[in-house]
Amino acid sequence: MTQEDLPAIFRDFNPLEDKMLQIIDREGNLIRKDLMPELEDETIIEAYRQMLYERTADEMAVSYQRQGRMYTFTPNLGQEAIHIAAGMNIRHEDWLVPSFREMGILLSKGGTMKEMFLFYLGNEWGGSFQQAHHTLPISISIGTQFHHATGVGYSVKYRKKDEAVFTFIGDGGTSEGDFSEALNFAGVWQVPVIFTIQNNQYAISVPVQKQTNSLNLAVKSVAFGIPGIKVDGNDFFAMYLAYKTAAAYARSGRGAVLIEALTYRLGAHTTSDDPSKYREKEEEQLWAMSDPLIRLKRYMQDAGIWSINEKQLREEYREEIDRQFTEAEKEKSYPLDDVFVHMYSDMPDELRRQKKAYEQFLSWKEKRG
Amino acid sequence: MSVMTMVKAINNALDIKLNEDENIVIYGEDVGVEGGVFRVTEGLQKKYGVERVFDSPLAESGIVGTALGMAVSGLRPVVELQFDGFTFPAFNQILTNVARIQNRSRGKYGAPVVIRFPYGGGVNALEHHSESPEALFAHIPGLKVVIPSTPHDAKGMMISALESDDPIIFMEPKRIYRAIKQEAPDEKYSLPLGKAKVIQDGSDVTVVAFGAMIRECQKAIAMAEEAGISVELIDLRSIYPIDRETIRTSVRKTGRMIVVAEAHESFSVGSELIAITNEEAFLYLEAPPRRVMGYDTVVPLAQGEKYYIISPDRIFYEIEKTVKF
Repeated sequence: MTQEDLPAIFRDFNPLEDKMLQIIDREGNLIRKDLMPELEDETIIEAYRQMLYERTADEMAVSYQRQGRMYTFTPNLGQEAIHIAAGMNIRHEDWLVPSFREMGILLSKGGTMKEMFLFYLGNEWGGSFQQAHHTLPISISIGTQFHHATGVGYSVKYRKKDEAVFTFIGDGGTSEGDFSEALNFAGVWQVPVIFTIQNNQYAISVPVQKQTNSLNLAVKSVAFGIPGIKVDGNDFFAMYLAYKTAAAYARSGRGAVLIEALTYRLGAHTTSDDPSKYREKEEEQLWAMSDPLIRLKRYMQDAGIWSINEKQLREEYREEIDRQFTEAEKEKSYPLDDVFVHMYSDMPDELRRQKKAYEQFLSWKEKRG
Repeated sequence: MSVMTMVKAINNALDIKLNEDENIVIYGEDVGVEGGVFRVTEGLQKKYGVERVFDSPLAESGIVGTALGMAVSGLRPVVELQFDGFTFPAFNQILTNVARIQNRSRGKYGAPVVIRFPYGGGVNALEHHSESPEALFAHIPGLKVVIPSTPHDAKGMMISALESDDPIIFMEPKRIYRAIKQEAPDEKYSLPLGKAKVIQDGSDVTVVAFGAMIRECQKAIAMAEEAGISVELIDLRSIYPIDRETIRTSVRKTGRMIVVAEAHESFSVGSELIAITNEEAFLYLEAPPRRVMGYDTVVPLAQGEKYYIISPDRIFYEIEKTVKF
């Protein structure tokens, strides 16, 4: 990697100088017209609609959990610009290696809210997103997915395919060994992987300042010889430009890219978490003012392209999402076979024996009444 | 037919499959240019190129984690972890992801990964180079764990491992990497994974072992025969799935069972075999089943290893005790 080969934004927003790519400011004012991606009005409207959909689905998921209808949920609130910008840049043939807080991009890949709900209703058929092409299941074990993305990248390169790999991690995940190992492997192998750190400021209760003494998280790319950039994760246009540039870079065979998306988890870590234990209301309010939806809406209003009837659209989304939830709830059946049959390509005798023993118990129980 | 060591036999199996299936890639520490510290992959990089046989950065979690990524996207990676005691940095990836991706994805993705490493003691090595962690891996749902004891078996089992759609932990007894030479076919052949092998028929006691301990057991059996004891020797070959049927048949016949293995005794493959013996042959037993195994201690360095490693005369001593019980 030489400086000359690098796309301009990676040179101009050098993480070593702690620069951050931003195109619209916190009030939605266009501050870098020169960097503004050339997007049709319709595309921008579509982006807002998708962010609103994710927001609505997210709020409803939290509400289903609160009603006791779903076991848990990991809210995405406040991080939608990252997911939708990535989703609009990931192609059908590209790979998605998710963590667990990227709902918008999973939907872009063909995942459905029904599957998302099914997952949080406790069913593996949900989290595996059967119809989402080149999409790995939701990964809970922090950081391990970075290696999988690098390995997929090796396959893509080995087979000379025109595919890129998108993968995600949180700020806490950057402390895991797998984070550094994977970036190192990706650097050595020059694989087409776009690594995103969603720096939402907290790993459950631990603030990012307790994770690292680095100037920022993007700067970690420097040690591994791959380009890195810090981006305002609540600025849809900045995220869009970052992904567009990174995807083109990766697909051109030049290797991997690290993007730090600076954002804020407006919701809880999961529905079991209570953020009031570890952060101040004032801080939350400050970040709420940088809400990615509000910023994009203000930009659209200023640019005269705001044509969305938000109330009506939300109502439509709510109906549709509720329908999907009801379907997922109805599918809440879990045959005994599902415990056993997916462990191996051919079920070992030991598993057959264990399954049979349980079935014998069941028939005893049935007879006993 | 050619006379082969186990090193040569595994190399030959890898060679055959690399030639046959371009989805197979081999990597790990020193496996490329050097051909591995035990030379198991010698010559393969030269023959198949650096994209298919290569040296990776020194990070076991990365080696296994990237292999999973390759496997879900259509490759069949074979990774070498350099020593038994260096598998542990990869343990999280193996347990958390490699063993589970098929179940987690409901069959959308599989993990046809072969993770091979040399294991076991008796080679006067440094710490972390003499361990037998088979029970740790066998305890993980989703893995198959196999251990050959001869060059012939090593080749046939490796071919099967390379054709398996499930992740395989392939443990290679380093002590007999070159110590045993045996005739094996030059052409491709495979042996089923999950099947034990009765090496020798007998009527007084069943001895179950695997890996380098088979040869030690055979020496002990020669002593037993002189003492008029008839021993049935079973090479377990597959730790998981375990061949319950072969154990049942043998122990019901002999009424006695001894496990010989290098690993720590408690919570071991030996413990599992005793459980199976009790479940399958309780009313046939003439003596308590016995574990002749390593202590629940760290494997001592070379000077102390003589106390830990299981010798033929110690196996004979235990055979005699069990038969006279």
